Amino acid sequence: MKVSMRINGEQVSADIDETQLLAHFLRDNLNLTGTHIGCDTSQCGACVVHLNGRAVKSCTMLAAQADGADVTTIEGVQQNDELHPVQKAFRQHHALQCGFCTPGMIMAAIDIIENTDDLDEHDVREQLEGNICRCTGYQNIIAAILSAAKEMRG
Amino acid sequence: MYPFTYHKASSIEQAQALLDVSNDSKLLAGGQTLIPTLKQHLASPGTLVDIGKIESLRFIRVEKANVVIGAATPHAQVANDKNLVQKIPALASLVGKIGDPHVRNVGTIGGSVANNDPAADYPAACLALGATIRTDKRSISADDFFTGLFETALVEQEIIVEVAFPVPALAAYEKFPNPASRYALVGVFVAQVEAGVRVAVTGAGANGVFRMTEMESALVNDWSADALEGILPSVDSLLSDLHGAADYRAHLINVMAKRAIAQTC
Ligand SMILES: Cc1cc2nc3c(=O)[nH]c(=O)nc-3n(C[C@H](O)[C@H](O)[C@H](O)COP(=O)(O)OP(=O)(O)OC[C@H]3O[C@@H](n4cnc5c(N)ncnc54)[C@H](O)[C@@H]3O)c2cc1C
Ligand code: FES
Ligand code: FES
Repeated sequence: MKVSMRINGEQVSADIDETQLLAHFLRDNLNLTGTHIGCDTSQCGACVVHLNGRAVKSCTMLAAQADGADVTTIEGVQQNDELHPVQKAFRQHHALQCGFCTPGMIMAAIDIIENTDDLDEHDVREQLEGNICRCTGYQNIIAAILSAAKEMRG
Repeated sequence: MYPFTYHKASSIEQAQALLDVSNDSKLLAGGQTLIPTLKQHLASPGTLVDIGKIESLRFIRVEKANVVIGAATPHAQVANDKNLVQKIPALASLVGKIGDPHVRNVGTIGGSVANNDPAADYPAACLALGATIRTDKRSISADDFFTGLFETALVEQEIIVEVAFPVPALAAYEKFPNPASRYALVGVFVAQVEAGVRVAVTGAGANGVFRMTEMESALVNDWSADALEGILPSVDSLLSDLHGAADYRAHLINVMAKRAIAQTC
């Protein structure tokens, strides 16, 4: 079937298999391999992208369901040649070790910061429920998100 | 995944027509249950009819003494709805604890209720508040709707359109989430509604969500956590699995019920 969507600001049309997942469409057809696949039970969050501005698990959505939508992946968050404030904060706070969970963490974090008023540590911990990190112990991830939130809110 | 054809419906009528085309078609709403099921090759529908984009199924409105939620309304929208937070805060907070934010951005009430997972949260609210599930064919009371594990009163190709929740005088929900899946290991919803005191338990019943009538009777006389002292369900009626043995779940039901009552006092 034919699908068409905006991905990182560019209109993309393709002929896809109806069973194709959004995560596979991004990775295999468009070579946007920043979106990771870390589990087959919809639990790890490595595959999180934004669909019309909200964080979703691209491994638990058909590419067909995203037809007509606005999709942002980790490749699309950088502004001009500058890292996104959340990316910068992850680097500054050493919020990654192997980096496998990082794209999903950052996409989740941007949604959390943009859509939660008066963000505090408790909110961040609770809202990271859908993102698993096997390396860092989360501490520095939380610190990075709180620091990015401060920066983004000026 | 086994092969299927995919159709996006833009209205309920169109969804009905698409369902009618073949006898192995299935509705797709948020996909947060169905897609994992398809990925694991546990279902092989020939056709998927996507109702997730039907605007007329995405709403929350106050209708006399009810709050009515459209079947394709995602959990995140329900949890943050100002009218619902004001009228039935216990329901808004229950929905805000389903899974994780990414699941809540996509998963819907219709899919959750139709699926009747024994560990799902919505069924407890439906049963305790005495909700009515309105389909394209009829209205079904929650008492008649949830018929067993993953079983409901829905017939083939029946579409849930909306769910009406009576506004309670008092209500609260306490959930002990399974630490890995976030589904309820035990969840207890207590409510004072026009029909009386109702207590519904999810996560634990061998036949899915159920009412604890013994607790209800005790609470009619004395709405307090103390009134529930020692009231446990029979272990024979409970699930027992690697996440929790039946006697552990029985104990948790009592603790969660007391905590729910304590929230309201
Ligand atoms: C990681 C994870 C954690 C989760 N945690 C929880 C949790 O803590 N608590 C909880 O309650 N749930 C949890 N869920 C499930 C989640 O709430 C799902 O969104 C929900 O169960 C199904 O809704 P859906 O819209 O995604 O339905 P889908 O997956 O699209 O559909 C599910 C079933 O319902 C049918 N259906 C859908 N809409 C209708 C309709 N309008 N009429 C008739 N039939 C219909 C479909 O045909 C299908 O059989 C979790 C899911 C995931 C992936
Ligand atoms: S790959 Fe694990 S949740 Fe999507
Ligand atoms: S940095 Fe390795 S999984 Fe998170």
